[in-house]
Amino acid sequence: MIRVETLSKRYGEAPPVVDDLSMEVAAGEICAVVGTSGSGKTTLLRMINRLVEPSAGRVLIAGEDTRNLRGHELRRRIGYVIQGHGLFPHWSVADNIGTVPRLLRWKRAAIDARVDELLALFGMEPATYRDRRPAELSGGQQQRVGVARALAARPDVLLMDEPFGALDPVIRGRAQDELAAVQARLGTTVVLVTHDMEEAVRLGHRIAVMDAGRLLQCATPAEMMARPATPFVEALVGGAERPFRLLSLDRVEAAVEPGEADGPPIDAGANLREALSACLWSGRDALPVERNGQRIGRVTLAALRRRAAPEAGTPAP
Amino acid sequence: MPVLAAPAAAWRRVDRLGVLIALVACLGAALPFALFRANRIVPGEGLAIASALPSPEAALLGLAVLAFLAAAALRVPPAVKLAAGAGLLALACVLVGRSAGFLTPPGNGFARVAPGSGFWTLGFAALLLAADALVRLRLPPLARVTVLALALALLGLLLWSGAWDGLSLLKEYGTRAERFWAEGRRHVALAFGSVAAACLVGLPLGLLCHRIKPLRAGLLSVLNILQTVPSIALFGLLIGPLAWVAANVPGARALGISGIGAAPAFVALVGYSLLPIVSNTVVGLAGVSRSVVEAARGMGMRRGQRLFRVELPLAAPVILTGIRIVLVQNIGIATVAALIGGGGFGVFVFQGVGQTAMDLVLLGAAPTVLLAFAAAVLLDAAVEALSGSNFREAAR
Repeated sequence: MIRVETLSKRYGEAPPVVDDLSMEVAAGEICAVVGTSGSGKTTLLRMINRLVEPSAGRVLIAGEDTRNLRGHELRRRIGYVIQGHGLFPHWSVADNIGTVPRLLRWKRAAIDARVDELLALFGMEPATYRDRRPAELSGGQQQRVGVARALAARPDVLLMDEPFGALDPVIRGRAQDELAAVQARLGTTVVLVTHDMEEAVRLGHRIAVMDAGRLLQCATPAEMMARPATPFVEALVGGAERPFRLLSLDRVEAAVEPGEADGPPIDAGANLREALSACLWSGRDALPVERNGQRIGRVTLAALRRRAAPEAGTPAP
Repeated sequence: MPVLAAPAAAWRRVDRLGVLIALVACLGAALPFALFRANRIVPGEGLAIASALPSPEAALLGLAVLAFLAAAALRVPPAVKLAAGAGLLALACVLVGRSAGFLTPPGNGFARVAPGSGFWTLGFAALLLAADALVRLRLPPLARVTVLALALALLGLLLWSGAWDGLSLLKEYGTRAERFWAEGRRHVALAFGSVAAACLVGLPLGLLCHRIKPLRAGLLSVLNILQTVPSIALFGLLIGPLAWVAANVPGARALGISGIGAAPAFVALVGYSLLPIVSNTVVGLAGVSRSVVEAARGMGMRRGQRLFRVELPLAAPVILTGIRIVLVQNIGIATVAALIGGGGFGVFVFQGVGQTAMDLVLLGAAPTVLLAFAAAVLLDAAVEALSGSNFREAAR
């Protein structure tokens, strides 16, 4: 869907901010770009919708060179979410969400319908929230309106620059789950820039790690944790945290086995990290697993331990 | 310690600012309420309330002052204070007109009765209390404009009813009514026209300064220097260049440009207006959150769409504040334009100063103050309404 070819950005004589970078994001995938500040990840993102013009290289979206369009026309086709949401404070929620459809000269009725549809999609009662100002919303609601605004004109591609950075941890977790659900439903291709490895593992189908303008590795979270390409990637995926992150990638239903266990059950949709946590906290060796209120088996501490180690045959790094 | 608590509680029932206002009102009641003069330029004889008014009216005014003192000094709801202030002001205004009829000997066309220092002091105290009460009431912008309109309507009614016709101010007006309105129109044209022209020049300049950073410091310091030139000096300094333009540029004279008159006054007023307008435009635009401008770009807004739909609306309260400063300032400075033949209410002020006829000075000064005050209230309300709609807080 998005193909970045030998992309570079230089400002004067300074070392390039993005250096000869190539990567590909498949349609319907969330690609999380991770790196320290100054690694060039935001510049990479902004070159995709040409908020920053590349010094060299090109970007193809659905096979089409982005340079064939004028900058503002390209940006109207690509959703864009920034940290701190950037909502227009003088416009109502409905006007904010309708920004791009209005620029594209949709009919009034079509815009209104789309606004209500998106508000409903993000669990905000349209009649209640349509006419509010951004200042009258909570931080989590503002963030949701920011994402709804980016999705208003049904873009195939959504770019997100630290979209959850301004939220507190509890709301951030909820917003991340919500984004994953909406993305799965709409099939939008997402490039998400973050410095939070936890977030990248939680949301990214693939993770791209950048350092000093270069792409170090682009792989699935499991692959990256099992086989980090460089010491930098290894440090980033976090030595001590790695088993827990590995566990957080899979759901309980993947590790369920027949058998009985005592104590309160865990839902099949929870992740394995939560299962481990429940085991440790309650001092049990196994937990009963439920799906829609029905017992479907159990998950054992031994199974969790197996899954927390690198895949069989992979030498421990 | 109940013994000490009781006086403390009583003290808490006293409004400290109100006590001060009450003292001012006491002073006003003691000073001469009206001023009687045998003709318009001799010094007058001050008359206290008791001798300036027929006894029933004098008693009424005395009672009103007492009620006012109580409302001012005690902790009563702001609405009561507003009523007391507005009531005393209205009564004093009506009665000062009555005193003119009472004091002027029948058939005497030369005698003049003017409001005395007591009237002004009482009126000042009443206005102060009413204004303080209005602030405490925290009226929304539209309500404030309504109060202003109501006050102006009452003033108009007072003038139209002829209640003040015996006062020296209106006698001065009566002999030059036509001139008054002509100069009034010129004053308004000078003040508002110069602000409009300054907006036409200043807003684009401000925008340019916002976009091109190196320009900002230079332009703003030039405007800063311009701002510090005294107004009379600036009016004078412009006589030379404009006279030259009128003499040497074809068509300039036809446009009304000349060394003296309205043209240099207009140019000087525009010059004074530029700094507040340009700097407030720069500050207003710089105050728009970066993430909002960034989002506007990311959504695919073009430069002009960003400017008109996002940046200017968000900067509007600050820019409008600059325009408000300039408008009130120019309504005042336009008075000086009369010195170089520019016309306006200043004509009466300078004629009055020349003839030592204070009523004539007042005829020029009063409408100027009224105009500036009304403009300030209107634009303040507009600024608040705008910023309110931008950042209305949750009323959940």
